[in-house]
Amino acid sequence: MSDFAKLDMRSVYAETLVELAKSDDRIVVVEADLMKATGTVPFAQAFPNRAFNVGVAEANMAGVAAGLSSVGKIPFAATFTAFAGRKTYDQFFISGNYARLNVKLVGTDPGVSAAFNGGTHMAFEDGGLMRNIPKLVVFEPSDNVSCRALVKESAKYQGCTYMRLHRKGAQMIYPEGETFEFGKGKVLKDGTDVTLVATGFLMVPQALEAAKALEAEGISAAVIDMHTIKPIDADLIVQYAKKTGAFVTCENHQVVNFLGSSVAEVLGEKYPALLRRIGIQDEFGEVATQDYLMERFGLTAPHIVKAAKDVVAQKKGVSK
Amino acid sequence: MDKKELLSLQEKAKELRKLTLDQIGYLGVGHIGGSLSIIDALTLLYYRHMEKIDPKDPKKKDRDQLVLSKGHAGPALYSTLADKGYFPKEWLHTLNQGGTNLPSHCDMVRTPGIDMTAGSLGQGMSTAIGKVLGHRLDGLKSKVYVIIGDGESNEGQVWEAAMCAGHFKLHEIIAFTDNNKMQIDGWTNDVMSIEDLTSKWLAFGWAVQRVDGHDIEALDRAIDKAKKETCRPSMIVMDTIKGKGASFAEGNLGNHNMVFDAATADEAIKALG
Repeated sequence: MSDFAKLDMRSVYAETLVELAKSDDRIVVVEADLMKATGTVPFAQAFPNRAFNVGVAEANMAGVAAGLSSVGKIPFAATFTAFAGRKTYDQFFISGNYARLNVKLVGTDPGVSAAFNGGTHMAFEDGGLMRNIPKLVVFEPSDNVSCRALVKESAKYQGCTYMRLHRKGAQMIYPEGETFEFGKGKVLKDGTDVTLVATGFLMVPQALEAAKALEAEGISAAVIDMHTIKPIDADLIVQYAKKTGAFVTCENHQVVNFLGSSVAEVLGEKYPALLRRIGIQDEFGEVATQDYLMERFGLTAPHIVKAAKDVVAQKKGVSK
Repeated sequence: MDKKELLSLQEKAKELRKLTLDQIGYLGVGHIGGSLSIIDALTLLYYRHMEKIDPKDPKKKDRDQLVLSKGHAGPALYSTLADKGYFPKEWLHTLNQGGTNLPSHCDMVRTPGIDMTAGSLGQGMSTAIGKVLGHRLDGLKSKVYVIIGDGESNEGQVWEAAMCAGHFKLHEIIAFTDNNKMQIDGWTNDVMSIEDLTSKWLAFGWAVQRVDGHDIEALDRAIDKAKKETCRPSMIVMDTIKGKGASFAEGNLGNHNMVFDAATADEAIKALG
């Protein structure tokens, strides 16, 4: 396994920024006393003048990032998803997005990955808040390769972006060098009976595992890594609506206003198909291990399998 | 400042007040109070202190900038920018009309010469910090001026930014508090006490001065002094009168966003002489 494959996702984030910063002096980092957590300490060591820590003041962090952007810098500002969503929202909205600036906001520890920090830190709503901001690009990488590629896409993109970053743990789904484009989902496995659309570090592997279990039971499941939630890849959804006629969305987020809603909207307006949504069902977070919470909130492969069978049965007209 | 320049700046401030009264009076409603209270500061900034600003090149990289954090005072700044030649004075009569480039709250996308979008109170100082940090990386010594309101200073983000600018010793920031003693729901002393502003800003590591915000000579001296700071951001607390220069607005607690017609505006314009 390459060294890259062993990196925590936050290290992938930081190393990518360091790499970008070497050839682009506009890249800067803004943090709110979570540098050690979000992983950007190596950036601060490599570029001490270009890393700004504003202390425990997320609203100010977003405003400072907007100001940096207004004079031509490309600021990456990171904090936990709970604060990126709830504590910077107005500042990111007005000073960043409404002002049509170029702020790259990053929320780490999405959903149940907040684990021992518990309900106060467990954001199931940040992606939905962000999806409401006009023209904002919202994305959630699933592995080290897509993380590196999409951080680079974000830096290149002229406009604000929001990334949900799974912080701890390494994961390789794609071969190194795989390319990614905002708004273009990745088909990881083809299938004809049902389409599993997943996003993020925790849910894409669960969907792949579910697809394998479904195959064993004679159900052919396609798997899509929908790394970009906004703009959503409507063409790909319609293509698979035609092909499979049944969907299960899989997200580490409330099922409203993020992946499940986005897919439902495309289906409802363009090509109606049956749908089940795996994700948080209108609940607050709570403290526990990540594994416990995956089960507690019904995010694991067996839950996806059950939902897939259910939607396939409905498609066939079998009453359950 | 010699007597001649003082008189000329006082005359300019009067012209800008007239333009602002006409601009809002033409529409029939607007933020007249907090616009008129900052006219003297804007006059000094745009006609004496801001360097390398160019109406023909409003995004010039090394220019001094202004963040009007109390973005609802946009009309005062629009009068100033129009007079400077950033856009035609005819635009002033389009304030808040569909498709206008002059929205009630400052918008850097729409209006030439606006350096930062503002309107949701409390945000401007943070953006000014970002501008200065960025300027420093580019080796620029440009000043970033900021105007915040006394009512706006109820916002927590103002104090996050105060702490931050003090910590980073951002002497390139010269800020003003438009201390006009009123906010939407009444006198600041009744709604939310904000004093002692001098002690508060001093405590965050700022150089603080307190002056009559309508005394152009005194305000000019304060700005000159602030420009000489080398390791602290500056706050100039301006004691001002909300609605200054228009008798129908001055002292009227309802002058924040006020309905008045063109005839009332004309009367006030005549009274200014």
